[in-house]
Amino acid sequence: MGSTNSTLLKIPNVEVLMQETGFSPAHIIRLHDRFKALDKEGRGHLCPHDFGAIKELAMNPIGDRIIGAFFSPGKETVDFHTFVKILAHFRPVDKDRPKEPNSPEPINSRSNKLKFAFQLYDQDKDGKISRDELLQVLRAMLGMQVTDEQLESIADRTIQEADLDRDDTISFEEFRKSLEKINIDHKMSIRFLR
Amino acid sequence: SKLSSVFSLSLSLYPVIELNHHVISVVPESGLLIILGFILGGIVWGADKAQTFKLLPPTFFYYLLPQIILDASYFMPNKLFFSNLGSILIYAIFGTCWNAATVGLSLWGCYEAGVMGNLDIGLLQFLLFGSLIAAVDPVAVIAVFEEVHVNEVLFILVFGESLLNDGVTVVLYNVFDAFVALGGPRIDAEEIFKGIFSFVVVAFGGSFLGVVFAVLLSLLTRCTKHIQIIEAGFVFVVGYLAYLTADMLSLSAILSVTFCGICCQKYVNANMDEKSVTTVRHAMKVLANGSETMIFVFLGITAIDTEIWVWNTGFILLTLLFVFIYRIIGVFLLTWMLNKFRLVPIEVIDQVVMSYGGLRGAVAYGLAAMLDKDKIPEKNLIISTTLIVVYFTVILQGITMKPLVQWLKVKRAAHADLKLIEKLNNRAFDHILSAVEDICGRIGDNWWTRGWNRFEENYISWLLMKPKARKNRDYLFSIFHKLNLEDAVNYVSEGERQGSLAFIRSDEVANVDFKKQFGSEFTDVMPDIMVDMSNYELGIENFSVTSIVKDTIPSVSLDIHGKDRKNVADDINAHHLLQQHLYRSRKNHRHKFSRSHFSINQSEDEVQEIFQRTMRSRLESFKSAKMGVNPAKKITKHHKKDLTHKMANGHPDGTDHLYGDEEVEGLSMFLSCLIEAGIENPVFLPAMDSPTHSSLPWLMETDAVAPSQRAQWRLLWTPNRLRRLAPMRVSTCSTDSFLMADLEEHEEKPQTDHEEEM
Repeated sequence: MGSTNSTLLKIPNVEVLMQETGFSPAHIIRLHDRFKALDKEGRGHLCPHDFGAIKELAMNPIGDRIIGAFFSPGKETVDFHTFVKILAHFRPVDKDRPKEPNSPEPINSRSNKLKFAFQLYDQDKDGKISRDELLQVLRAMLGMQVTDEQLESIADRTIQEADLDRDDTISFEEFRKSLEKINIDHKMSIRFLR
Repeated sequence: SKLSSVFSLSLSLYPVIELNHHVISVVPESGLLIILGFILGGIVWGADKAQTFKLLPPTFFYYLLPQIILDASYFMPNKLFFSNLGSILIYAIFGTCWNAATVGLSLWGCYEAGVMGNLDIGLLQFLLFGSLIAAVDPVAVIAVFEEVHVNEVLFILVFGESLLNDGVTVVLYNVFDAFVALGGPRIDAEEIFKGIFSFVVVAFGGSFLGVVFAVLLSLLTRCTKHIQIIEAGFVFVVGYLAYLTADMLSLSAILSVTFCGICCQKYVNANMDEKSVTTVRHAMKVLANGSETMIFVFLGITAIDTEIWVWNTGFILLTLLFVFIYRIIGVFLLTWMLNKFRLVPIEVIDQVVMSYGGLRGAVAYGLAAMLDKDKIPEKNLIISTTLIVVYFTVILQGITMKPLVQWLKVKRAAHADLKLIEKLNNRAFDHILSAVEDICGRIGDNWWTRGWNRFEENYISWLLMKPKARKNRDYLFSIFHKLNLEDAVNYVSEGERQGSLAFIRSDEVANVDFKKQFGSEFTDVMPDIMVDMSNYELGIENFSVTSIVKDTIPSVSLDIHGKDRKNVADDINAHHLLQQHLYRSRKNHRHKFSRSHFSINQSEDEVQEIFQRTMRSRLESFKSAKMGVNPAKKITKHHKKDLTHKMANGHPDGTDHLYGDEEVEGLSMFLSCLIEAGIENPVFLPAMDSPTHSSLPWLMETDAVAPSQRAQWRLLWTPNRLRRLAPMRVSTCSTDSFLMADLEEHEEKPQTDHEEEM
């Protein structure tokens, strides 16, 4: 246990981190090990190509977008705190957490999980998924056999279904509403991050 | 000759069964083969009034089983296997012991209670029976699970367990056999201790022996450059040798072959000529399929023999019951314990399938047939019961496995009619989850795995792999190599036509099997490229779009006809499209092992497609970023290993990024090494959309537009370029103009044996 504590101490502001994210010390250490493994040059922060070196991500159709989600607009590096905070989105929801009225919503709440997913679509961060952005995602996720016309028709249909205020874009509220039947807690949680 | 006649007879009937796919999808092949065996046995018995065809244990164990195990281990998905090895071992060792003990003891208990009537049998013999009936059989498992597509983790658990439990089975069998010979009273703690000790020796000894032979085989293939024609034979010879040696030393032969296959696959595939690799694969499948067919047919034939049948209702029914129940209990118990330690817990559904998938097969029968009649008077009863258990599990459980799995899945999925956006997002979430799992290092990117990978890369590969194969391990390298091979080939063929390249292309250039050569971790991703040289009938004058857009990447299906389809924006159609074409994520079952297929299946096509697109988009965004950077760096040659780190990655939508000097240099190094090895400019990527004539991009000297493939061709052949290229070293390179400028200051790089590499 001594080594665990000493590793924890090496991470700056680890208490705050644990508080904000809800990760246990064991998890923080595990994520720290992983962070160090990804950061092959030991710079203390990660760049896009560190993520790019993860081979499995290259086989994920939206892998590059997800990598992008780690980097705040304008920044090219991810430090450990940001890394952990983003991953905290994927913690399973704590069902027994008491609802304190004034505390901020935890990072892994259903709403925040949805926001993370929304961001992947909404690349220009204007709070709405435009038809073009949807087309891009569809293109990435569908095989090469699908023609552009087919793609556009799918995109149109999708927007039609979800767009309630008829502005031809999907806002976050519409997004959330259209997915209310889906068990987000289950679909956007990684069990071993509990 | 009897053997061969049965063999030919059964094999010739095999295609008849194959023809009726409807039947196959309901009844697993193995079940049908057993039934076929019944028929054949009936015919023989009718003719001879005695069963002249029998599956003799030596035949089974020495001629039919080894190749099946070799096949299974040679095609084993190693990464999956080793990452689940702990669980597999727990199931194999403790699960089998549990099965053996409980079945044996329960049967004995029932016997003592008088349910079975009068039998000349004792506790030890019950335990012996328990140990031979306990083991899950690899042959049966492969046969049934092939039809039922379950997720890869589940598959590897059952399959791995069936392979590794041989160690336990052999030990238990021999120990109880020896005990039975000794007689009850002479067993004391010493004997029991010897039993446990022998387990250790047999299991680890067998595995170790397998590894030794794997090393031997890898070294052999490393040195066979000049005798490539017989390389393929070594695999079978050494594999069989591993089996026999282990058997000779009374170690676990199955474990020996298993580890031989598992450990050697990587090195053998890297070292051998691609034709040999193909030969080995095909031959392996032929042998394995043939043996499996024969085994099941024989299992059927053996039934039609009045001599062996002894019917004891109690014994047989109770055995069936206990085997079934204790398997379920055992699996659930062990899984409950394992889930406390596993990163990704095993779900209840999977446990149900695992318990139901505990099939017994020919190994159990073989062991039963080997029993000594003098020591075990009730041998025939045991054989009869074993046969019935085998039939029950293979036929009945085999038939019902698929409906069971489907029913369970349907029950879970609760598929209400989802809207398009829900379907889309469901899949997106799967992808997101996979990606985050990978980022977190789901397998446990711990010190051990990293350490082992380093050790393996530095020492073991150095010893066992050909140096050339080692150099080509860089996967990224190989992807670009593959992507650009068609360009290279095109360029070469054109160059020859023009006479501007002073070398003669050999036929070997086109036939590189990347899967073999570069697939150290991506064996399923690397496609087989067989570029048909005759497709390229290009003259400078008659460039036709179709000849280039032609589907030369076998795996990416550019459906040209699709563009003609005029699709009405139909609700049903959109749903259907999503259903059909959404890329599958890791969760959606990528079945990795198959008895009858080793070539690329559809999901591997998808993976390749995704990989290529990702790489292209990364490179393109890198390229667009690089335009603004002054490429004045001197390109120096660096060791390949460093390159894996310095891969450029593009920001998803080409947003500006400032590439630090180090990254530019990194990519320049990377690109230069590609060129150096005779690989083409990765900028020359086939365009995703059809190239357009109109804008004549090749006339623009600025590479502002990512040149389409056609344009890039043209780029080469304007007179200026030709002249620049001519003094370049002779190779199949097509080089990018701005890199050329850098290279001119760089001294002549040695022409590595790229010809051989290609």
